Amino acid sequence: MPVSENSKGQKVWQLHTRNESLIRWFAYLLTVAAFMWCWAKISESTTWYFVWDAPRIAADIGGRALPPKWEYINELWVPIWDTLNIATLGTILALMMAVPVAFLAASNTTPSKVFVRPVALMIIVSTRSINSLIWALLLVSIIGPGVVAGLLAISIRSIGFCAKLLYEAIEEIDQKQIEAITATGASRWQVMLYGIVPQILPAFAGISVFRWDINIRESTVLGLVGAGGIGLQLQSSLNVLAWPQVALILVVILVAVVVGEWVSAKVRGAII
Amino acid sequence: MSDVTLDMRLGKPWKKPHFIKNPVTRWGLIIGALVYISFATGSLEVNWSRVSEGLVRGWNFIAAFATPDFVSRGTDIRDGLIESVIMTITSTIVGIAISIPIGLGAARNIAPLPVYLVCRGIIALSRALNEIIVAILMVAIFGFGPLAGFITLSFATIGFLAKLMAEDIEDMSRVQAEAIKSTGATWTQWINYGVQPQVMPRLVGLSMYRLDINFRESAVLGLVGAGGIGATLNTAFDRYEFDTAAAILLIIIATVMVLEYLSGVIRKKVQ
Amino acid sequence: MLKIDKLTKRYPTGDLALNAVELEIPKGQVVALIGPSGAGKSTLIRCINRLVQPTSGQAILNGVNITALGSGALRSARRKMGMIFQEYALVERLTVMENVLSGRLGYVGFWRSFLRKYSQEDIDEAFRLLDRVGLLAMADKRADELSGGQRQRVGIARALIQNPDLLLVDEPTASLDPKTSRQIMRLICELCAERELAAIINIHDVALAKMFVQRVIGLKLGELQFDGSPDQLTPEVLTRIYGEEDWEATIEKVDDEEAEDEAVL
Repeated sequence: MPVSENSKGQKVWQLHTRNESLIRWFAYLLTVAAFMWCWAKISESTTWYFVWDAPRIAADIGGRALPPKWEYINELWVPIWDTLNIATLGTILALMMAVPVAFLAASNTTPSKVFVRPVALMIIVSTRSINSLIWALLLVSIIGPGVVAGLLAISIRSIGFCAKLLYEAIEEIDQKQIEAITATGASRWQVMLYGIVPQILPAFAGISVFRWDINIRESTVLGLVGAGGIGLQLQSSLNVLAWPQVALILVVILVAVVVGEWVSAKVRGAII
Repeated sequence: MSDVTLDMRLGKPWKKPHFIKNPVTRWGLIIGALVYISFATGSLEVNWSRVSEGLVRGWNFIAAFATPDFVSRGTDIRDGLIESVIMTITSTIVGIAISIPIGLGAARNIAPLPVYLVCRGIIALSRALNEIIVAILMVAIFGFGPLAGFITLSFATIGFLAKLMAEDIEDMSRVQAEAIKSTGATWTQWINYGVQPQVMPRLVGLSMYRLDINFRESAVLGLVGAGGIGATLNTAFDRYEFDTAAAILLIIIATVMVLEYLSGVIRKKVQ
Repeated sequence: MLKIDKLTKRYPTGDLALNAVELEIPKGQVVALIGPSGAGKSTLIRCINRLVQPTSGQAILNGVNITALGSGALRSARRKMGMIFQEYALVERLTVMENVLSGRLGYVGFWRSFLRKYSQEDIDEAFRLLDRVGLLAMADKRADELSGGQRQRVGIARALIQNPDLLLVDEPTASLDPKTSRQIMRLICELCAERELAAIINIHDVALAKMFVQRVIGLKLGELQFDGSPDQLTPEVLTRIYGEEDWEATIEKVDDEEAEDEAVL
């Protein structure tokens, strides 16, 4: 109770009861302690000499990186094209797989809540939890380096993401519209077509564009593990410490990200 | 009112009106998309012999999930995991602490224009740069190890949290905030009583969500030398030790699931 | 034409929504189904086309026992029963024309419905119905651009294009203003007369029901309480169905409003 009496018998108002306050303070204490411990661990494995030297190193790298080596752009056109393809085709492929998974995972469309739904949810969780770079690493070691590995990595990572958002949209549809279509004597698939699909189409379009935007960002770094795209050039430039080239690649990536965001905002505006 | 009569309609075919009305734009977009897709798929090169060779390895990898090996690289996995967790916790806490002032500054309805522009600039920069790229730069500047990962994740957290928080503040109810202002409260009191209660529940939810994202990201930072379990994973793949890799992936998935569950519980409690 | 025999529905929660309801409706008769909320009105009409699965008993339409049909035969049976809903239940993101044509889904195959390739007769009939309900000009508008009354008219056209023998109407006016409610009720009753359709109209506005139908059925707690002509709805009967209340006003009001209505026309 927030109101208590002090030793003189006067009523005192407090926001929290004593126990609540104790718990709160304890939680704060615990957080601070955990943070300090973690920090000590980080500090242990850090060579502080380098850190104190960091401003000088940063200035040094900056000085060497600028100005970017603009003529290097001619060697980047193909990687840029590859990066775009990885993101776009990867998104398309992901959507093709995410749609059935989403229908199997949504509790109102799944054929079996006991057997099918957990499997679909498992696919969603496992593909979502693992970063596309790890998927790329895995695929490069399975099918070899190249654009295809990157494309597959992006699409696998996107399945869970798209399917999760999509199945939530399916679960939120208006059941009365389904009922009305069922009452006309429509078959199961026709109910899907006329009752469910129109209702989730806007969400589907929004999700696709949203994920495509994210995939543009992610596909720029897949090359670091050999999965094609502009990241390959980044990696090789870093390996030979060609900082002006690195600077140009970063500029290109920034431009790509900004353009991607602009396009996705435009498309979303047009659809919804 | 309507100049359409039944006779005009009867006997005529009916077609669903097109989503894009202008036929030139419509066909232009369709043909453009088809041309793009055919060129894009055409430029993919698949080395089939390498793939068929790889399929065996792929199968081995899937089979490895049945027999994950937690033991033979047990200490590496444990150290990597602890490092990942440490990076996650510290970067989330620091990220939140920095996000709050920046988020306040990036809300147009409470910040003056110059502050707004600076804060929005920081957010835009943080969101545009991929974590991995930031990590590469941080490793180059601060050297290998978890410090680089910690800085990277904190920086990424700022872009995420501050942006959503600023949007939240911009959407908040003006009436409540004005009511507090009208009592003669100072700016800090106003933030504390008028803004904070409205934004807090979502901020807690988002922070939990970000904790989850930071853990997932911390698992890849090791690939570029910024600490965490990614380095162990990378080594496992390089040596084709799929059973160890499977074990690490299972740990990541399990941790993410637990975090997601916890954040769900906490978010429900707060809201 | 429609015969309901000891129809019973018990929900998994244990609630008995319908208790051995017996009912017979001849061709072309419009019946109002009244009763308090939770009386089982909605459940009754949904049990007839099996949107809700009855627990026991039979519903027989034109000699076919609907309750015993398999899924394929049920689809054909549902084509003969048009349904109209309280909140219109149009597919909001489809056009008016698509919504009307969706009433033909039971007759066309999957790919034809996917490609929107309906036969010319269906299309002509859809336009005729849209003209009849006064929405011809709206054919290519999206359903969510229409007002409540207009949406309900589309809902009526969708039910009629099925070429049904029976209309199942679930609270058609509950979301509409009084004037539109009357127009919609009048439209439904006129169309039933034109096409010799039987209809079960589930309605909670007793006064409105009395204005338009030939027969009223009262339902209370899943059991039949009253079955007769609108004139027989005395205060005693209404008390039996709904419970104690001053019913004189409801009954009087009807006459007043009717007079008023005629004056307007």
